[in-house]
Amino acid sequence: MPKLTKEQQEYQKFVKKKLPSPPILKNCIMAFFVGGFICVIGQLVLNFFISRGLSLKEAGAHTSVVMVFLGAFLTGLGVYDRIGKIAGAGSIVPITGFANSIVSPAMEFKREGYVFGLAAKMFVVAGPVLVYGTVVSALVGLIYYIFKL
Amino acid sequence: MATKKLGLQTLKLENTPSIISTATIVGPKEGEGPLAKYFDLILANSIYGEKSWEKAEKKILKEAVEMAVKKSHVPNSDIEFFLAGDLLNQIISASFAARELGFPFLGLYGACSTIAESMGIGAMMVDGGFADNVVVATSSHFCTAERQFRMPLESGNQRPPTAQWTVTGAGAAVISSKPQNPRITHVTFGRVIDMGSSDANDMGTAMAPAAVDTIVRHFEDTGRSPEYYDLILTGDLASYGKDIAEELLKQKGYNISQNYSDCGMMMFRPDQDVHAGASGCACAATVTCGYIYKEMLKKTFNKILLVATGALLSTTSTQQGETIPCIAHAVSIENL
Repeated sequence: MPKLTKEQQEYQKFVKKKLPSPPILKNCIMAFFVGGFICVIGQLVLNFFISRGLSLKEAGAHTSVVMVFLGAFLTGLGVYDRIGKIAGAGSIVPITGFANSIVSPAMEFKREGYVFGLAAKMFVVAGPVLVYGTVVSALVGLIYYIFKL
Repeated sequence: MATKKLGLQTLKLENTPSIISTATIVGPKEGEGPLAKYFDLILANSIYGEKSWEKAEKKILKEAVEMAVKKSHVPNSDIEFFLAGDLLNQIISASFAARELGFPFLGLYGACSTIAESMGIGAMMVDGGFADNVVVATSSHFCTAERQFRMPLESGNQRPPTAQWTVTGAGAAVISSKPQNPRITHVTFGRVIDMGSSDANDMGTAMAPAAVDTIVRHFEDTGRSPEYYDLILTGDLASYGKDIAEELLKQKGYNISQNYSDCGMMMFRPDQDVHAGASGCACAATVTCGYIYKEMLKKTFNKILLVATGALLSTTSTQQGETIPCIAHAVSIENL
């Protein structure tokens, strides 16, 4: 961040009093319920796979596939952004939100072509999650390995 | 010797160029707003039969210009210059529209202040005797602006209360040496002001000081007071920026609350879910070329000060942590 002059700092202080704070309580409640609802659907899918004789691990992988499909499908229908507007983190954090973050730029940039548009821009939102998710899981794995020795 | 300059930043247009016609095209959401009846064309959908949002924006701009020229009854061959700008990288809406229109073209970028910038420069060309008919225009499109400056349309994210909604549309005006009303009498070009705001979702706060600087400069240069005008109209400060601008002006000794409005607050109804209000090059352009121009012809307003505001940021500057430089240009439009 560039250093602000005294005049700029004073203006920022003056403005802060004028600006509204986002409705945090309402957002939290909506995020809790919508996020929870998505998880309930995930649980139902998981239970369904287990009841069909899959192990917990296999059923988990299958559930992820189904939930990613649902997130992508609702994004394609133009519904997921409306859910996200109300739910905020409640629909961003679950895996359906991850699907949304990949499908929405893919749809948006399709017009710039399948290579430099769709494929190249697909990960603009999800890219950082993938990069740092991979790095952190490798680090955690390393630490786990060292402590297990 | 600069004989037409007043004070530090204001130009007095002694030959008072006139606005002989205007045209406005807006998207469907704008067409549901309170100013709907003032727009010449309301689109049924924002893609407008094109293959991409960018192509749609270019088409909207081009057709607004054609419509304004047609209404002015000036033959195409007599339109001497076309001044336009928009929000997209390399102002492609304007230059691609110019490619098809064929008029000599000056591309301008002042972000959402471009309509005042182009009106000001266009009026100077006419006033200086360099042209008799100049067409000026700006456009913006919600979908092109979102994907350039913010997130993909279908991305499920939340907008903060200070966020504004980019107007889909275009406004065009033909400025002429013909002696008729309304006329452009003064232009105050603003300085770039940066008061340290860096939130790209809060343009009103960033731009308010630029508007205030230009308004104060205009009053000091011309010796006019806020009461002189029937309406002082800022571009797109929206609800929070408007309040801040009013208060800053009060601190500087100018009370404009009686006759002050903001285009960003006029475009949509409060229940249209646009958060703080409207923004975009087309916001000030369509309000001025639609509502203001038509009401000036009816003499509801006789003296208007349009102060269009622009945030001169880019996605790169935001990512590099830069604060937002802002600008405001003022144009006084009067029935003499």
